[in-house]
Amino acid sequence: MTNPVSLKNIRAGSGGVPLTQKRESLWGDAFRRLLRNRAAVIGGSIIIILILVAVFADQIAIMHYAKQNLVANNSAPEWVLKVFSTMRPYAQVNNDYPLGADYAGRDLFSRIVYGARISLTVAFIGPIISLIIGVIYGSISGFFGGRVDNIMMRIVDILYAFPQLLFIILMLAFFRSTFAKPDPGTFTYTMSQLDSRLGGMLFIFIGIGVTAWETMARLTRGQVLATREKEFVEAARTIGSSDLRIMFRHILPNIIGPLVVAETLAIPGYISTEAFLSFIGLGVNPPTPSWGSMISDGSAVIRTYPNQAVFPALALAITMFAFNFLGDGLRDALDPRLRGTQ
Amino acid sequence: MGRYVVRRLLYMVVVLLVVSFITFGLMHAVPGGPFDREKALPPEIMANLNARYHLDDPLMVQYGQYLYDVMLPKFTTTPPDNTNLSDDHLINIKIGNLWIRWMNFGPTFSSRSRTVNDIFRQQLPISMQLGLMALTVAVLIGIPLGIIAALKQNTIFDYLSMSVAIFGVSVPVIVLGPLLIWIFGVTLKWLPPTGWGSKPPYVLGFLPSKLGWDYFKHAIMPAVALGLGSSAILARLTRASLLQVVREDYIRTARAKGLQERLVITRHAFKNSLIPVVTILGPMFAGLVTGTFVTELTFGIPGMGKYFITSITNRDYPVIMGTILLYAVFLVIANLIVDLVYAYLDPRIRYD
Repeated sequence: MTNPVSLKNIRAGSGGVPLTQKRESLWGDAFRRLLRNRAAVIGGSIIIILILVAVFADQIAIMHYAKQNLVANNSAPEWVLKVFSTMRPYAQVNNDYPLGADYAGRDLFSRIVYGARISLTVAFIGPIISLIIGVIYGSISGFFGGRVDNIMMRIVDILYAFPQLLFIILMLAFFRSTFAKPDPGTFTYTMSQLDSRLGGMLFIFIGIGVTAWETMARLTRGQVLATREKEFVEAARTIGSSDLRIMFRHILPNIIGPLVVAETLAIPGYISTEAFLSFIGLGVNPPTPSWGSMISDGSAVIRTYPNQAVFPALALAITMFAFNFLGDGLRDALDPRLRGTQ
Repeated sequence: MGRYVVRRLLYMVVVLLVVSFITFGLMHAVPGGPFDREKALPPEIMANLNARYHLDDPLMVQYGQYLYDVMLPKFTTTPPDNTNLSDDHLINIKIGNLWIRWMNFGPTFSSRSRTVNDIFRQQLPISMQLGLMALTVAVLIGIPLGIIAALKQNTIFDYLSMSVAIFGVSVPVIVLGPLLIWIFGVTLKWLPPTGWGSKPPYVLGFLPSKLGWDYFKHAIMPAVALGLGSSAILARLTRASLLQVVREDYIRTARAKGLQERLVITRHAFKNSLIPVVTILGPMFAGLVTGTFVTELTFGIPGMGKYFITSITNRDYPVIMGTILLYAVFLVIANLIVDLVYAYLDPRIRYD
């Protein structure tokens, strides 16, 4: 598109004057803005590093997350004892563990590295589930309107009345015990096998997905309702486009921005939900490490060995910071009211 | 307005029916019962227990009986009997000789001498105090921060407030809790790391009877840990909303007619900028109410949190049902209040 007089650069309504500026797609433009936002770039870089850590956990961790060494239990290296001076009378010095070892003599550093896998998986699967269900549900409701819309939104309203966290806890308890000892060959058996293969994450996804789509559905519906009255949709209808084509070619691309932003900003919520579920013991199966379960273990001994709670807590906080920075940056980059102001 | 409220209350009954139905179904779909033990009880005892708690009735009968006990008020002349566990009502009103008794949530399965209402009377006030205090923290920190940030846009105040805000949303209770305990409870020893400072009897059923340092020293850390995240959301929302409002034409008019800047902000801008802030208070209250569970577990506070989680592992059906229903009532009422406040703040909104 470097040729300024090419047809593509003539925009209808601009009087046929060739645009001297290079035309850019919404996403290209947004991406450029995003790169100018320092906080978002830092957030994005941290997330990339975290992804690498999660993927190459086997190489980065200095030992297996479940490897116990009871002789070294609750030990800490010299620098940790300097930072957490209160724990000096209780902890033995052992410099083999960079951040110390927990009550079973497992390396905290390696467990935090492996814990990144859980948090990041939730950070990516959570939005996917909630986007798929929420966008389909919301667009059907918004697109067809009227009675369909009314019924579908009343259902969402009722689900909204559920105290979400309590509902997730109940669901998880339900899954965990229903799928505890199934007979081989049944559906429940397959599910339970899949769950234990994933270290107990499958049901967390389902639990989060069951509740998270409602907000997305409402948002999508609102956006669809606003967009379907626009002239370009009418134009598409007059040339005989089908409902599906209008939905996917005309409406969805126009509303995807706010949805992506909302979903990015919801990611810290998913991460903390998973951490909380692991904290109360309904999350991943031990000994699979999750930052939530590590904080829970560490909190129990926080008076004597604060490092066991503080380090996983920091890991969790940094991750949430990164996603918040990125989400904020994305919102600013995609917000049409800010466009062209710089 | 009156008709609108009545319609919403009727709708609330429908919502609660659905919530109770789903919860009941989910609960009973879980294999195992409340009296399953590692070593199975003798069948005669099982049969007696099941008969005592009506667990041998068909499920629909149990559900109907539960709804009857919880939802329908009873009018009797017999006063409440504290020794009868199956006849403990949360609300007892005496008019002359007549007792109006409502909301019997039934006995608990796990501790034989308590009813669900006993838990509500003793533990729920603690959770409510915590939730209300967290909401206070959120509003007191969040809204002023947002206003400062908006009025001093792009100054150091703005950046500082927004940094606090992004810190608040990024640090969940299970992170902030242990950190606060470590700093203020363990290292500095300023505040007790666990526990709660109020005991029954409660004023109005849920407020502590004695307020003082002995009470607040336990409450500060949990309330801040829980409220900070919400205060961050409030701060960002207030800032965005106020920034948008001060660009409106009527603000320019107010300035043009020579009104003092202080009056422009307090009279014209502030009230209008509160509209989106108020709408989020409903869901936020909901989040705080369930968030108390997390906070209670982190700080070892004897509120509803522990009871709910143990009730789930123990299959303590009445406690699970009661808690979820009660919290659902909170959510629905909170949203109703928000809608009414919304109409008050924005006269263009009419509910008829």
